[in-house]
Amino acid sequence: MSTAALELMTGGESVAWAMRQIDPDVFPVYPITPQTPIIQGFAKFVADGKAHTELVNVESEHSAMSAAIGSALAGARTMTATSSQGLALMAEVVYIAASMRAPIVMALGNRALSGPINIHCDHSDSMLIRDSGVVQLFAENAQEAYDLTLIATRLAERSDVLLPVLVCQDGFTITHSAEPVELLSDDEVASFVGEYEIPHPLLDPVHPTSQGPFAMPDYYFELRRQQISALEAALDGFDELGHEFEALCRRRYRAVEPYRLDGAERVIVALGSTAGTIKDVVDELRDEGQRVGLLRIVSFRPFPAQQLASLLPDAATAIVLDRAASPGGAAPLFAEVAAALVGARVTVTGHVYGLGGRDLHPEDVREVFAGRGQQYVGLRGEPCPD
Amino acid sequence: MPPLKAWSELPRAGAIEPATASRPETGGWRTGLKPEVDLSRCVNCLLCWVYCPDSSVLLEGTTFKGFDLAHCKGCEICAEICPVQAIEMVPEDRP
Amino acid sequence: MSRLKNLVEREAGLPPLAGGHSLCQGCGVPIVVRTVLNTLTSPVVVVNATGCLEVATTRFPTTAWNVPWIHVAFENAAAVASGVESAQRALRRRHALPSDEDVAVVVFAGDGGTYDIGLQALSGALERGHRFLFVCYDNEGYMNTGIQRSGATPFGASTTTSPSGLESFGKAQQRKDMTAIAIAHHVPYVGQAAASHWHDLSQKVERAAAADGPAFLNVLTNCPLGWGHEPRLGVQVLDAAVNSCFWPLYEVVDGTYRVTCEPEEIVPIEEWLRPQARFAHLLRSENAQIVEEIQRRVTSEWEALLNRCEGGVPA
Repeated sequence: MSTAALELMTGGESVAWAMRQIDPDVFPVYPITPQTPIIQGFAKFVADGKAHTELVNVESEHSAMSAAIGSALAGARTMTATSSQGLALMAEVVYIAASMRAPIVMALGNRALSGPINIHCDHSDSMLIRDSGVVQLFAENAQEAYDLTLIATRLAERSDVLLPVLVCQDGFTITHSAEPVELLSDDEVASFVGEYEIPHPLLDPVHPTSQGPFAMPDYYFELRRQQISALEAALDGFDELGHEFEALCRRRYRAVEPYRLDGAERVIVALGSTAGTIKDVVDELRDEGQRVGLLRIVSFRPFPAQQLASLLPDAATAIVLDRAASPGGAAPLFAEVAAALVGARVTVTGHVYGLGGRDLHPEDVREVFAGRGQQYVGLRGEPCPD
Repeated sequence: MPPLKAWSELPRAGAIEPATASRPETGGWRTGLKPEVDLSRCVNCLLCWVYCPDSSVLLEGTTFKGFDLAHCKGCEICAEICPVQAIEMVPEDRP
Repeated sequence: MSRLKNLVEREAGLPPLAGGHSLCQGCGVPIVVRTVLNTLTSPVVVVNATGCLEVATTRFPTTAWNVPWIHVAFENAAAVASGVESAQRALRRRHALPSDEDVAVVVFAGDGGTYDIGLQALSGALERGHRFLFVCYDNEGYMNTGIQRSGATPFGASTTTSPSGLESFGKAQQRKDMTAIAIAHHVPYVGQAAASHWHDLSQKVERAAAADGPAFLNVLTNCPLGWGHEPRLGVQVLDAAVNSCFWPLYEVVDGTYRVTCEPEEIVPIEEWLRPQARFAHLLRSENAQIVEEIQRRVTSEWEALLNRCEGGVPA
């Protein structure tokens, strides 16, 4: 079995460590809270010769993703990191990175979008680019942030995928909170991630290609459809890699994590670190005889609609907790879950919680399970439903 | 233009390989005149080759050979720039 | 002749940029691209900003490029190039490249993608010291989208977003001195050239390619549609820009200024304005003081440039 080391690390530190072990060729860097511990940790590794990466200190996040595309398509393994406004600024290029099939791994420290400006956690940044065509995986804790960074590297580079993969971890809650993390050895990581290879690298002058062309209405639609199929292929790809990764460390990753769904009548569906709190409350309520459970989404994009529908018990109520709002419309995760459950005998309800870093307490989760939760959980001034 | 392809037949990310791509015949842009060289006047200065926006001046080594009429758009820069007035714009159907 | 022979030989096998693109009749941009790429002796990767050149040469599924080429967006060509250059550095370090010979990273961007929306990424790339060549084909406006004014559009020019009219004489602002902005980044090589002066441009490309760091070339390029001149007269119009000192040809190598091509006889600014419909309104008598202002500024900037050269004279 592996010689695993157990270290006390924040999510940010664990991702920086994973990146050191992956040792990418190029890393464009631009700071924004709360991903800064990742880039600072990694920069120190480079300065000490523990990573052999070209650190490119770009002058904005838009340039970070742009440089990442140039590097990845030139033939170099490329990683970067951002949050919130940085993701918003580079959004244009994120879409293009996906359409150009650039395998880039990006750490995302989930943080609320302005305004007002706020540095704390919510998922609005991820939701801003949900249609961009990139893979989005959500970690529950620092261990997952570490593991998913390794898996993401392989997932991005699969020949049927070749897309950017975002490893999302809740800002401050995961990025800055220390917990025990079981690390793989450098050799195990190197062996798992292997060598970077893409077809038609730009730095091969013998086989030139023109990448990023102009497409008229006669071809845009078909090129987009091709791209969509690549993102869909990432579901099976993630499952296969989760299986392979399990052999290294006994932790098995799937697009959806079911938690105590046996006979569950009320199931919360959620993303990210709040799942940890919910699991505790599920355990307490189960001890009290209540049939409750949790369905944690790990892969938000591609969305595991079929798996979710098949895992939810018949006639259950699915309660979706969104850590982002979609003003004037259905909240993002709620919309996905409702779409996945069309035709199923499952009632779907939803709440918005935690915007701008507002904590979700166990008492709030109890209220939600009991059907007494406010539409906006924990919001001051919101009337309680009868 | 070649027939339109299905989405699954397209190169990944629309990356175009020049070796297999088609090239539009922009010679169709001309509106009745084409360039012609009086070889007795031509001094092979190659300025027409330098200034042709459509790479349509054909050479053999450093000697003028002809025009790529499949791509020449008839802009007349070559006729204008020739220092010895060896290039004339003549009707298209002149053999 | 040997320089020309080298250019010819470079294009003889597989031209880096071939015909069959849909740039306008008489467009100056391919003249610039061909001169630049035919001068370079190493393999290249071209990074192209959104604009006329990119759109007209790569309409899927056709391409006019026979060299590796990438386009990402409008404002980020210099950032994309930074990524390509960094990748080469990293891969070279771990001996993971197919050839021993380094690939030259060359950016082609219009003035929009250089002076305006592209300025930030360019500034960052220059400051970081990447080894790449950034060529701005400056046709003084957003031409691909229909002749709108840019930060490069000269004072008094009529464009679709700074049209001359009953109450306007065209663009009311002076153009940015982008060449000076590049020089202020203290990079090894900065040059100002013109599509008409192919020999001067080719020499500059050679010196730029030899620079161990960023090289910036600002190349005045004609646009028959946007400037309002007959396609066949492009070279003459550019000659007037150079000969009136509106567009001096010079370079700055490691901080030392040198005028590379001095007009035999400096012509009045009207010689530059007259052949272009975008300046036609300026030649009306009521706009005489605007023309005087333009002339005054061109003259004083030419003299200031000469003063920056050693001994106050062009080399």
